Amino acid sequence: MMNNTGPAVAVKGLRVVRGKRRVIPGLDLEIPGGQVVGLLGPSGSGKSTLMRCIVGVQIIESGTVTVLGHPAGSTVLRDRVGYVTQSPSVYADLSVRDNVAYFARAVGLRGADQREAVDRTLVEVDLVSHADSLVQDLSGGQGSRVSLAAALVGRPSLLVLDEPTVGLDPVLRRDLWDLFRQLAERGHSLVVSSHVMDEAARCDRLILLREGRILADVTPPELLEQTGAVDADAAFLALIDAETARSGERSAS
Amino acid sequence: MNAGLTAATSGRVLRQVRTDHRTIALIVVVPCVLLGLLAWIYDGTPVFNAIGPALLGVFPMIVMFIVTSVATLRERQSGTLERLLTTPMGKGDFMIGYAVAFGALAMLQALVATAFAVWVCRLDVAGPLWLLVVVAVFDAVLGTALGLLASGFARTEFQAVQFMPAFILPQFLLCGLLIPRDQLPTLLEWVSNLLPLSYAVDAMKEIASNTDPVTAVLGDLGIVAAFIAGALALASLTLSRRSA
Repeated sequence: MMNNTGPAVAVKGLRVVRGKRRVIPGLDLEIPGGQVVGLLGPSGSGKSTLMRCIVGVQIIESGTVTVLGHPAGSTVLRDRVGYVTQSPSVYADLSVRDNVAYFARAVGLRGADQREAVDRTLVEVDLVSHADSLVQDLSGGQGSRVSLAAALVGRPSLLVLDEPTVGLDPVLRRDLWDLFRQLAERGHSLVVSSHVMDEAARCDRLILLREGRILADVTPPELLEQTGAVDADAAFLALIDAETARSGERSAS
Repeated sequence: MNAGLTAATSGRVLRQVRTDHRTIALIVVVPCVLLGLLAWIYDGTPVFNAIGPALLGVFPMIVMFIVTSVATLRERQSGTLERLLTTPMGKGDFMIGYAVAFGALAMLQALVATAFAVWVCRLDVAGPLWLLVVVAVFDAVLGTALGLLASGFARTEFQAVQFMPAFILPQFLLCGLLIPRDQLPTLLEWVSNLLPLSYAVDAMKEIASNTDPVTAVLGDLGIVAAFIAGALALASLTLSRRSA
């Protein structure tokens, strides 16, 4: 169904300045299609900025970002890329159903297709019982699920999710990761950022970012093998320590 | 531009307003209270008949300016605008959607305020009453268009609200309500010729005093429509898909 011949995302020589800081100093990256790719790293490491570049909302200094074969942000990509920001971006004074229906309409769904897509998505994010509540009356975790639903409803080829599971309970987190897995199996590509290292094990591929640079671009088993660590948390710390030691040696010599 | 997406946006904006009963009440009741107060102040004089119609045009513009600039600022701050612009939704769909939604709300406001002014406050106009409502709706859409533009320059809701005195009060002072525009100092008369509210008030004054005002009013509404188009075009420049 999906076109999986090329990479979902190809980044070449990307440099981004935000404020006075160079958040991404020069980055090359290929993200394969049809996989769940985890974007990990401490806060301020450039995860959100990289995601904004992939979606095409970030002004970049130089470099190219190609998504599904087209420049990021092009018109042809607008109904093929779904984006969920870290803080929920939905209408607080609308009901859950009205929010999801509006974003479904924005990507071109209408009539019976729109209703079916909305119903299916409400089940996926487990908000059927709250469908008619206003978003402002929901909890924070429920609000972020509405935001996720607004992106899922259009079944985009590429889903870019910035910390979609923050504040969710373990059961829901597991269910959402199961859903991400199913979507990837059906040919969708997903880029998911996370702070939570135990989620790393559920990705097909991991990209570890630190200060806008890629520390590692590996599969979860490779990560553990390379670092000799027992879990993703320890592996990540080992990589950071190694990097710090290397840059220390460089500046000492 | 896509009529379906524009209509979906209008529907969404109206559904949001519908959940806020107090705002709807304020939009409908406040102009009536102010008109009633004015009619009472000038009881027994011809003043209310002279300025009442003009005020029927000024209220919707002010109210819609504030409502729109705060609503769009919220869209920018909550990230919903950025998200919408990553979808096939166009800037035109977004802006015209707002203009249509608040135009509809203005229609409600204008019908209630005109009915109140005419039947309760005994406002007497020479021209047809339906034309008062038409001009009021144009003024409301003008307020919406200016509000969309102003919100592009506001970073906080405090600033957005402060734009009301900055954008609207000078127009109010120069629109011919305080003294007729042709009696203003020459320089100020020129300035008032460049402000949209002047033409909105001219149109209302025509309806107040002229038994067959349609031609003159159409001329004024044409100018107001040009200002609406200009404000929307400038506002679309403040909606950018990419940000730093």
